Amino acid sequence: MNYTLDFGALLSNGYPTLIWGGLLTTLKMTVIAWVLAFALGSVLAVLRMLNIRALNYLIVVYVAFHRNVPMLVHILLWYFGVAAIMPVALDDVINVVGGEFFYATIAVGLVTAAYVSEDLRSAIRAIPRGQMEASRSLGLSYLRTMRKVILPQAFKISIPPLTNQTLLLFKNTSLAMAIGLIELTGAGREIESATFKTFEIYTVVTVLYLVISLLLMLLGAYLSKRVTYVTKAR
Amino acid sequence: MLEILSDNWLLLLVGQWPEGPMGGLVATIGLALVSLALAFPLGVLLALGRISSHKIFYWPATVVVYLVRGLPLIMFIFWAYFFLPLVIGTSVSGVVTMAAALILYEGAYLSEIIRSGIQALPAGQMEAGRSLGLSHMQTMRKIVLPQALHNTIPSILSQFISTVKETSLGFVISVHELTFAASQVNNILLTKPFEVFALLALTYFVLNLILTGVVKLVEIRMNGTRPVAA
Repeated sequence: MNYTLDFGALLSNGYPTLIWGGLLTTLKMTVIAWVLAFALGSVLAVLRMLNIRALNYLIVVYVAFHRNVPMLVHILLWYFGVAAIMPVALDDVINVVGGEFFYATIAVGLVTAAYVSEDLRSAIRAIPRGQMEASRSLGLSYLRTMRKVILPQAFKISIPPLTNQTLLLFKNTSLAMAIGLIELTGAGREIESATFKTFEIYTVVTVLYLVISLLLMLLGAYLSKRVTYVTKAR
Repeated sequence: MLEILSDNWLLLLVGQWPEGPMGGLVATIGLALVSLALAFPLGVLLALGRISSHKIFYWPATVVVYLVRGLPLIMFIFWAYFFLPLVIGTSVSGVVTMAAALILYEGAYLSEIIRSGIQALPAGQMEAGRSLGLSHMQTMRKIVLPQALHNTIPSILSQFISTVKETSLGFVISVHELTFAASQVNNILLTKPFEVFALLALTYFVLNLILTGVVKLVEIRMNGTRPVAA
């Protein structure tokens, strides 16, 4: 193994800016896809609780389709497929933000929404029926009960699985490099092929991913600890 | 869409085989099978390390598991792409690179499944084995692991579905599997990307629905075969 380490090579030619930009893109995509996933996931979980047969059927198909097809394939389907049948006017608007970023974020968000909705659904089912009944008899509407009583508790119960989904979502944003988005992995690849400092640049990218992942894990652990404390204090 | 399928089904099924390497759907399933089969022993070892009271076993296993939890699979693929030739001394094909990355990745996920299987067994199993005069390793091998592994069969099979999905990342390093074959079809046709990728998604969908059905069947058949740990 003849390999001389040279981290200094990464400091020239604007490489630090490239990595920084990639990191920001990764984080931006994580946040937007997260909001999309949790909003849609909550809506799907609540709709599922209404127990309307046709609606249930649609949601089951949605969840199965998004869980059984690889995320990369969803990204390719959106980026190459959906983009091709998109009206030109809309396509122009999308290209202002960048098609790669737009479609990859949608794909990652929609897939994660399917997982989030399932996690929330099992959490909602774990909440005693009496909660819903008590709140309804106090005069709150179904939706208000969901929003003010059931969902807050469901989110607390499902902090561990939802932390996991957040972590997976963050890791999965790396798949966007397959369609040419310069996020963290993409930036790393770019610099690798320009400098051949493979070990150095992969180390930098790996450490950045690890630090953020560990922070997310710690945040999840902190939240679930705090929330248990709150429930006990009642 | 049916036309695309009837024109290209052979490419999607086996790739360039027999003229070239095996590809398409068969390669996807084969790659997933081989990777998971080889990840299994690694998973058992990592699980034993994770529950070990010896620091020399505990720490390496824990580091591997956290690395896998914290890093995207794609980074493992790139690392394998870089490291394998250095370690082995010759260049390796994309399939081998992909398999190596998947083995490590799935090994870590399997180890968490197996660990929870071991920890779900009543402590009395280990205590009984030890008090009958078996050593710790003997008890592990003959009493605890067989029960733990049996109980985790459904989860391990579900992990196979994840593995099938993860083989799609081989596309990034041009491994000839299903996603790669579909993108080849797309490059030939050029004008029908939505149909081609929808077809690809449907193929994965049907394949994994079948696999999910198999897992459910196994779960039902396993019910009551052995007392599940309380």
